Amino acid sequence: MQQTTSARGFTALAAVSAALLAPCAVAMAQAGDAVAAPEHGWFRGDRTALLVALGVVGIAIVIAIMRARAGHPVKIRRMPALDAVDEAIGRATEMGRPVFFIPGIQDMTDIQTVAGVTILGRVARTAAEYDAKLEVPTSRSIVMSAARDIVQAAHFEAGRPDTFDAGRINYITDEQFGYVAAVTGSMMREKPAACFYMGAFYAESLLFAENGNSIGAIQIAGTAEPSQLPFFVAACDYTLIGEEFFAASAYLSGERVQLGSIQGQDIGKMLAAGLIAVGVVVGTIAAFDPSGKVSTAFENLKSLIGG
Amino acid sequence: MLQRTIPIAILCLSGAIMVGAYFISSAQSWGETVTTWFNILAAVAFVLGAGNLIAMNLEKISSQRAGWGYAAITLVSFAFMLVVGLLKLGAVPNDKHPDIHLAGSYDTTASPFGWMYEYVMSPLTSTMFALLAFYVASAAFRAFRAKNTESILLLGTAFIVLLAQTAAGMFLTGWIPEDSAFAFLRLDKIKSGIIEHVQTAGMRAIMIGIALGIAAMSLRLILGIDRSYLSKN
Repeated sequence: MQQTTSARGFTALAAVSAALLAPCAVAMAQAGDAVAAPEHGWFRGDRTALLVALGVVGIAIVIAIMRARAGHPVKIRRMPALDAVDEAIGRATEMGRPVFFIPGIQDMTDIQTVAGVTILGRVARTAAEYDAKLEVPTSRSIVMSAARDIVQAAHFEAGRPDTFDAGRINYITDEQFGYVAAVTGSMMREKPAACFYMGAFYAESLLFAENGNSIGAIQIAGTAEPSQLPFFVAACDYTLIGEEFFAASAYLSGERVQLGSIQGQDIGKMLAAGLIAVGVVVGTIAAFDPSGKVSTAFENLKSLIGG
Repeated sequence: MLQRTIPIAILCLSGAIMVGAYFISSAQSWGETVTTWFNILAAVAFVLGAGNLIAMNLEKISSQRAGWGYAAITLVSFAFMLVVGLLKLGAVPNDKHPDIHLAGSYDTTASPFGWMYEYVMSPLTSTMFALLAFYVASAAFRAFRAKNTESILLLGTAFIVLLAQTAAGMFLTGWIPEDSAFAFLRLDKIKSGIIEHVQTAGMRAIMIGIALGIAAMSLRLILGIDRSYLSKN
């Protein structure tokens, strides 16, 4: 996300956070103690670093949201993948072909599926406005129920409740490759003009994307599975990579408060960058330190951050 | 009003419990309880899913839409597996209770249910998975076209990694001694360098972004800022 002037305060916060964690390890090295194996009382001591990082990022996001609510400017860079949503649905409408939305193969317990179905709301609203036929095959029954609810709400928002057809949002099967067979079969028969893949995908990602490519559909994908990203990048027209995928619902909503939360993520990036810089410096010094003290500090820093 | 307030309240409570359960040892069981709530919901929703599957395929057959034959096969297979599985037809008798039919095991290949899964379902899913090899080839063919600088870099890197994986890689550079000053020119060393340093660095950058994205999105949901998953009507 593009950094704005408001992020300058966050830079300081990130530096402070990195500075808070680094001396802990150094101090332990000076005391000659290795990081002790944690004994789990009521609190998981081995997860303290994560709790601190989570707290810092959480506070930063809340501050960013409050600033946005107070009227401070929120500047987010454009995402071509999301800007292409209207174009893809418009093309499908003109060609008289359906639009396919695949919300991944995981259940609603997976945050990627939640992110996917929130994007579905926007896609469904545009499809309703354009009177395009939207098909949503799902591999989990709860996802089907959620998708129906969201698509119906989108039709109400678009002022087209009469065009909502629950029969286009179906449960296929929980079985991974059974789902692939059914969806790719529908693709080959119905030849959708636009395909959206938004959610958690595994080995089926390339099967979907290559089939969509073979029928000439505009394809927009989004996932947070790093191993599947190269496949989507190779076979789709646009891909939302990791963090962009989670920012998509906020971006599409256009609400200042939600956009502010995206800005708040910057602090996390700065914290990570700060810690990486500290790690690189300490690690480099450790490599040339004959006494081994810095090396111990480096190992302790790794244990502290890595858990 | 309540249609939106209650789900948000449940989400906030569940989210807070799950976060707390991760950091507080004594609250770990609370997290498991929340997971159990979901499993109960999923079990109920599965009935809804099965009902939809039957309705959708029956509609396809009755209207003779394209691919209606597949719908018929789906329904027959579904009914067969459901009956054989629920009634445990042909189940292997349990040693402790040989007279009680329902105590038998149905998931071994000696029973029709297990046999169908092992010798019909598994080969079919493996066939679908095997198709991936051809799709990888066609996707790679498109991705590796040297159209611009980035594509040329991608092509070059992929070529080195692929070559190093094959016997040709060892044949070409395997003669360079591992302890010589030119060992870095060995294809296996170059490949390791690409994977361990370049690829890992890129992947970790993406992973950090994903972790932050998840944290921000979870916070938006738990605080009730993002309500787009809820119906507005």
